[in-house]
Amino acid sequence: MILDGKCPTGPIEKSWDKHRFDLKLVNPANKRKYNIIMVGTGLAGGAAAASLGELGYNVQAFCYQDSPRRAHSIAAQGGINAAKNYPSDGDSILRLMYDTIKGGDFRAREADVWRLSQVSNNIIDQCVAQGVPFNRDYAGYLDTRSFGGAQVSRTFYSRGQTGQQLLLGAYSALSRQIKAGTVKMYTRREMLDLVVVDGAAKGITVRNLVTGEIECYAADAVCIASGGYVNVFYLSTNAKGCSVTANWSAAKKGAFFANPCYTQIHPTCIPQAGEYQSKLTLMSESLRNDGRIWVPKKQEDCGKRPDQVPDADRDYYLERKYPSYGNLAPRDIASRSAKEQCDDGRGVGPGGRGVYLDYADSIKRLGENTIKERYGNLFEMYERITDDNAYKTPMRIYPAPHYAMGGMWVDYNLMSNIPGLFVLGEANFSVHGANRLGASALMQGLSDGYFVIPYTIGGYLVTVKPGEVKVDHPEFKKSYEEVTGRTNKLLNINGKRTVTDFHRELGKVMWNNVGMARTKESLTEAIKEIPKIREEFWQNVKVTGSGAELNQQLENAGRVADFLEFGELLARDALHREESCGGHFRVEHQMPDGEAKRNDADFSYVGAWEFKGNDKEPELHKEPLKFETIHLAIRSYK
Amino acid sequence: MSEHHKTMTFTLIVWRQKNANDPGKFETITAKNITEHHSFLEMLDCVNEDLINSGKEPIVFDHDCREGICGMCSQVINGMAHGGQERTTVCQLHMRKFKDGDTIYIEPWRARAFPIVKDLIVDRSALDKIIQAGGYNSCHTGGVPDANSTLIPKAVLDEAMDAAECIGCGACVAGCPNGAAMLFTSAKVSQLAILPQGRAEAPARVKNMTQAMKDCGFGNCTNHYECQASCPKGINVKFIARMNREFLKAQFSC
Repeated sequence: MILDGKCPTGPIEKSWDKHRFDLKLVNPANKRKYNIIMVGTGLAGGAAAASLGELGYNVQAFCYQDSPRRAHSIAAQGGINAAKNYPSDGDSILRLMYDTIKGGDFRAREADVWRLSQVSNNIIDQCVAQGVPFNRDYAGYLDTRSFGGAQVSRTFYSRGQTGQQLLLGAYSALSRQIKAGTVKMYTRREMLDLVVVDGAAKGITVRNLVTGEIECYAADAVCIASGGYVNVFYLSTNAKGCSVTANWSAAKKGAFFANPCYTQIHPTCIPQAGEYQSKLTLMSESLRNDGRIWVPKKQEDCGKRPDQVPDADRDYYLERKYPSYGNLAPRDIASRSAKEQCDDGRGVGPGGRGVYLDYADSIKRLGENTIKERYGNLFEMYERITDDNAYKTPMRIYPAPHYAMGGMWVDYNLMSNIPGLFVLGEANFSVHGANRLGASALMQGLSDGYFVIPYTIGGYLVTVKPGEVKVDHPEFKKSYEEVTGRTNKLLNINGKRTVTDFHRELGKVMWNNVGMARTKESLTEAIKEIPKIREEFWQNVKVTGSGAELNQQLENAGRVADFLEFGELLARDALHREESCGGHFRVEHQMPDGEAKRNDADFSYVGAWEFKGNDKEPELHKEPLKFETIHLAIRSYK
Repeated sequence: MSEHHKTMTFTLIVWRQKNANDPGKFETITAKNITEHHSFLEMLDCVNEDLINSGKEPIVFDHDCREGICGMCSQVINGMAHGGQERTTVCQLHMRKFKDGDTIYIEPWRARAFPIVKDLIVDRSALDKIIQAGGYNSCHTGGVPDANSTLIPKAVLDEAMDAAECIGCGACVAGCPNGAAMLFTSAKVSQLAILPQGRAEAPARVKNMTQAMKDCGFGNCTNHYECQASCPKGINVKFIARMNREFLKAQFSC
């Protein structure tokens, strides 16, 4: 099937304004008759639930944490982009769009990215009005800094906790609507099934994580804003509870999963210390503003203390390879370069999987206080985890899975191929193409939540009669039984291996074969191995406790079971995409200098997969990508 | 790599409670093969793997981001919320801070307003209720002025940010002998009262949020300052003083 993104036509500068005018409106008096379900309450879901509630819709919002204030958006450190051009350094909406399209290696939709860039300015205004404390200068004006993939200073930030402050802003708006009664909040609930009636999304089935009860909720539209799936690698920078489960439940009901192979490996994370490790910790990309990345030139120097390697014997490889962007090269490039140095036997630290991020020069130039002011909390965090003082000795960093550019396929209105199912934020595939630039995830989450879905969902709702389907519909009963059956099945296997043990095994297969560098052989190997692990899981997993209580092993078992199906799809997507682009690097497709080699003639499309069950191959649907404003070019940061 | 490190053994005395109605009790469990690089939660992960493998129920505890920002983790370790390392959540506490052979007591947050759900998990929804009572600026989505239209000098902004860093974990309540939520509430009241955008609603906000605090069953403040000592983000008790001033001012303004 050829998919249609339903993007507006005509000049790009007018596209979003024109589309907003063309969308039909829901009469204010009718809004309260419509029920909307929001799954996930991070930046996208929280902002959307608050805004839709404020407009007058009835919103039911769900999150697996004990409070919507804890979604993983909170962990974003560095900042949020906007085309305000406050420093007058040449920024504009068009330039932000250009940087985002180019940063995504020409695999995103132009119209979506234009809209994102256009509303980026509204986001900053909105957050300031909410009381988000963005850093300011002594005169009181907003401060900005630079991030990877941009030559302007357009990143707004709140110390090293921008995601936290933006999420707390959205959470405060959401809290206001909960108080007003327009949003009903359900915490400690996990979506386990999407209910589709006559082809349209009409509700969800969740597990109450405290009581264990399986509960059904009906609505006129369902929005999923459940974040990304890189915990498929087991070790990642995501929170432990992040999963593909909500999205995968929709995929099993026919929603297409787009570009799953576009995963971002973040270059600046703290290296793994041991087998027992439960997650990897990211150090903000903003650190690359003042830190210099290097490894020893000679392999024999790798065992030495960093201060024993003289400057002449250090290889500042990003500055060498990419003189104009230097240490601020985009994430995919910075990550692959780190891997190359380590593969070349010049990595540092345990196992040789690490590179230095060095502040000595910046401290000399700016003084320790300035560095402390800019990154103090990150240095503190680094010391707590590693016991090293980064003011005295360079940090050691290594890439780690961080973000999913892929996600559910959605059209320009953020609606999936299932009518009434909308997908927002990291959970959809829309704006980042094959690689996301730093400080753009927060921008997308809030753009989708505050400024896109409140308009576009109305265009769908006017076409449906409110409250047509209720939880007594047979489809809900069926869903309830399916979910209960699966839960009981997991509890009754009573095998010999723990859930975490299986997750770790899957993670190793994914990281070794579907990680930073992929080959036909490695991907074929993964597609062979994953079903074996999946099969053993369903024979031999041990889930303690019962279903009728708080049971973290059971929660985790469900998530790992889904990763065991989804991981295979990710590998299949990576195998089919015979090119390198952004975060997807196929060793077979590279330039003579090792850069990613795209194949625009054959792969300039969104690959949206229809899942057909574990015993059948998924079906690929394509949405061709057109580049009319930003011309296709080889991405260069030299 | 763990084999290169010296491993340690600990005796854990852990609070086990099946559900809200169960009286609960301490249970002694041994943690083996722990290195200095294990975080406290990774130590518990290892203990849980051992428990599951020997057919026992693992210890349940709240956790999520494991990088000290989500505020989900919540354990009293040896009598101190988050274990007593300055400005550190449980998930960021590492086993190198303990000595091989140590006995470690692990309990949930204990406060009247935080009923225990299971083992180390408590219900902190009372904190959400305090925010719902007024912890926001009532601005609409869209229709707000340009972000630079009101200037906020750096010093003012920085003070607001010091308050805004609260992660809502509830350690201040757990640390307080009265089970008060004064530090938590005052951090939000102060953040919004310091910033010009929040001034318009400041009087109503402080009244409504302190009322919600009382209604939720939190105790009163008697200036022990245990809250500040427990806070993993170092929120200063000066914000409690500020909230008291705001509260007093509010009596005359609306």
